[in-house]
Amino acid sequence: MSFADIKEKLTAKFEKLNLEYSSFRDNDRVIVPPSDLFEILSFLKTTFCFDMLIDLSAADYLHLQGATHRYGVWYALLNVENGERLIVKTHLDDPDPRLPSMYDLWKGADWMEREVYDMYGIEFDGHPDLRRILLPDEFVAFPLRKDYPLRGMGERHNFQSVIRSEA
Amino acid sequence: MALEFLKDNFVVTKLDYLASWCRKYSLFPMPFATACCGIELMATGASKHDISRFGAEAFRFSPRQCDLMIVAGRVVMKMVPVMQRIWQQMPEPKWCISMGACASSGGVFDTYAVVQGIDRFIPVDIYVPGCPPRPEQLLQGIIDLQEKIANTGTIFGTEFGKRNVYEGPRPLSKFLSPDQSVQAPANFRSSTRTI
Amino acid sequence: MPLNLADAIPETSSPEREFLWTLNFGPQHPATHTTLRLILTLDGEVVVHAIPDIGFLHSGFEKLGEHLDFNQYVTIVDRMNYISPVSNEISWHHAVEKLLDIDLTPRCKYIRTIFAELMRIHDHLVCCGAAALDLGAFTAFLYAFNLREKINDISEVASGQRFHPSYTRVGGLLCDVDDVWITKVRAFIKLFYAAYADLMKLLQRNRIFVDRTRGVGVLTKEEAINRSATGPIARASGVTRDLRKDQPYLAYKDFDFKVVCSTEGDCYARFLVRMEEMVQSIKIITQAIENIPSGPINIDVNSKFVVPNQMSVYRSIEGLIQHFELHMTNRQWETPKEEIYAATESPNGELGFYIVSDGSGVAYRARTRPPSFVHFSLFPHLIVGHQISDIPAVLGSINIIAAELDR
Repeated sequence: MSFADIKEKLTAKFEKLNLEYSSFRDNDRVIVPPSDLFEILSFLKTTFCFDMLIDLSAADYLHLQGATHRYGVWYALLNVENGERLIVKTHLDDPDPRLPSMYDLWKGADWMEREVYDMYGIEFDGHPDLRRILLPDEFVAFPLRKDYPLRGMGERHNFQSVIRSEA
Repeated sequence: MALEFLKDNFVVTKLDYLASWCRKYSLFPMPFATACCGIELMATGASKHDISRFGAEAFRFSPRQCDLMIVAGRVVMKMVPVMQRIWQQMPEPKWCISMGACASSGGVFDTYAVVQGIDRFIPVDIYVPGCPPRPEQLLQGIIDLQEKIANTGTIFGTEFGKRNVYEGPRPLSKFLSPDQSVQAPANFRSSTRTI
Repeated sequence: MPLNLADAIPETSSPEREFLWTLNFGPQHPATHTTLRLILTLDGEVVVHAIPDIGFLHSGFEKLGEHLDFNQYVTIVDRMNYISPVSNEISWHHAVEKLLDIDLTPRCKYIRTIFAELMRIHDHLVCCGAAALDLGAFTAFLYAFNLREKINDISEVASGQRFHPSYTRVGGLLCDVDDVWITKVRAFIKLFYAAYADLMKLLQRNRIFVDRTRGVGVLTKEEAINRSATGPIARASGVTRDLRKDQPYLAYKDFDFKVVCSTEGDCYARFLVRMEEMVQSIKIITQAIENIPSGPINIDVNSKFVVPNQMSVYRSIEGLIQHFELHMTNRQWETPKEEIYAATESPNGELGFYIVSDGSGVAYRARTRPPSFVHFSLFPHLIVGHQISDIPAVLGSINIIAAELDR
């Protein structure tokens, strides 16, 4: 099933949503609104058999020229039977960025969503265990946001020194 | 006269020297291997480079049985409390080798998470440069440490008690503006928290 | 967000809860190889529930990728999966070259293919050797590491660094290989079969090894697909996906090789798949090393993508200008303002990079799709119901590399 077929069927099914399609090199993309993300992805999974979630991550478009939204989240899907790929993208904005969790569709989304939460602060409704995964629990910033400096805010020096005689 | 039969069978030495001599050829390393250098540490222990030629092959994974901590690889802020705790669990006398650029200075990882040198938080005796160091370099580091032990060691370990000041580098000058102050609480205890 | 990890353990039949033990495993433990932590709930010796706690090696790779240009970031990518460094470089530059629409020269493709396959052997040797070490087979570890040293020598001859070569560049390679390198690779091929046979003899029918791995940590095909497993782990469960065949990048379509699969899905099957993949890799290397095309390793300098060589920088004004342009932080590459996902088959599974480009030579966002991260999320599912002594077997068979896990 080619990208044209997917485009046709998706447009027919969700005609009032005004989905955007684009292709670059061999990447085929659908840009969807976050409110209907879950329905579109479950439709893609059941109809076109995209049964593997290859990648799920986000980007912060704060300083990107021409960007209209703050965050973008992408879902890279793979059809294991014929190796076909599709990227579904959605955009979010700042106060309270929030998306539905895809854990019910793909169990593999579990840790990827936790990582996105950890790095960008995007919350996923319905995720069974949304905690920080890579950074310590006490950490308060979201380090991959563009307004967080590369060298951090001094957290890495914030420890007591053990001197030789007291060890 | 009675000691005639002993004439070739005793040496006169200092107890300090004897203790250091014993210690330097029976190092028990604690492989605190976090990243790439850990693989080179494994390679040092494997067949081609064979660390046991230098009397340091008995890797012990429990800190309570070790006297040499080899910190191989970068240490990040979640790992610092763990590293300090392992260091404090090791019995005296003990030494520390900082293996590789990342452990010694942060290396290429000048980022928010990576500690810029473990010597800011625990005392370090030998730094081994390289990213990662070749096994030969680590072996040279161990030989240098043996020399250091031979020159400075005492039988009661009193030389450690004298080192009661901070020995690491000066704290990094704050390049952050006042509005970018530290947000996170110190010490990230969640990584060593007992439950 | 529970602050205490114990809060995340579900209330499993609360009256019996007092009989369950909680055991902290790691972050510093010999069987974890590097740094990861498990909080296990035990019923006697049987694992009832496992909560992985990772991030003990989180060092901000992706944040660095937003500050370093395409050629600089290769040194960082190298340190990601540190038991197959060149595979990461190839994957990163595969994504960059797809973004810039570069078609490599045939010689470069062949050399990169040989390196990718050598790294696959390197990865599988370290993985199988270390897994055997954790299960008590110390000799197998020594044999595997002995062979691994030969691969390190090969990368040292090519690039000067034995472990992290940083060998690829946008549109080509750091430098060309010479006859010594080719001789070394040929010698390695000869040596490989004998050493491989030794390793197989030590492990394949070893009673202890087989008993401790067969039937342990079974991953079904449906679970593998649903939980996004790729690479040898998915193939051991019967998912017949291999990017080398699906989307032949580099020179893979020139070679005759098989995709190794199994249907068992246990630790032993994963071990066998890894071992057989090494044989397929050496087949690819044998075909490639005898057929390396001559010609340049970099694409045409006029395309403005590659750094010109030293001679043309010193002797010609065009070379000087281009060298200057690519190294000035405000000029560098001109990229389309687009986003791209590109993946290669790394030894551990699908290693993908998602690059968001803002038109400059520095990625606006360099997302890594790390196979280890996905595979470690399988772990709680694999270990439940097995004994605590099976943890090293399962951890060794899914080959967790902490630097790739945490980045």
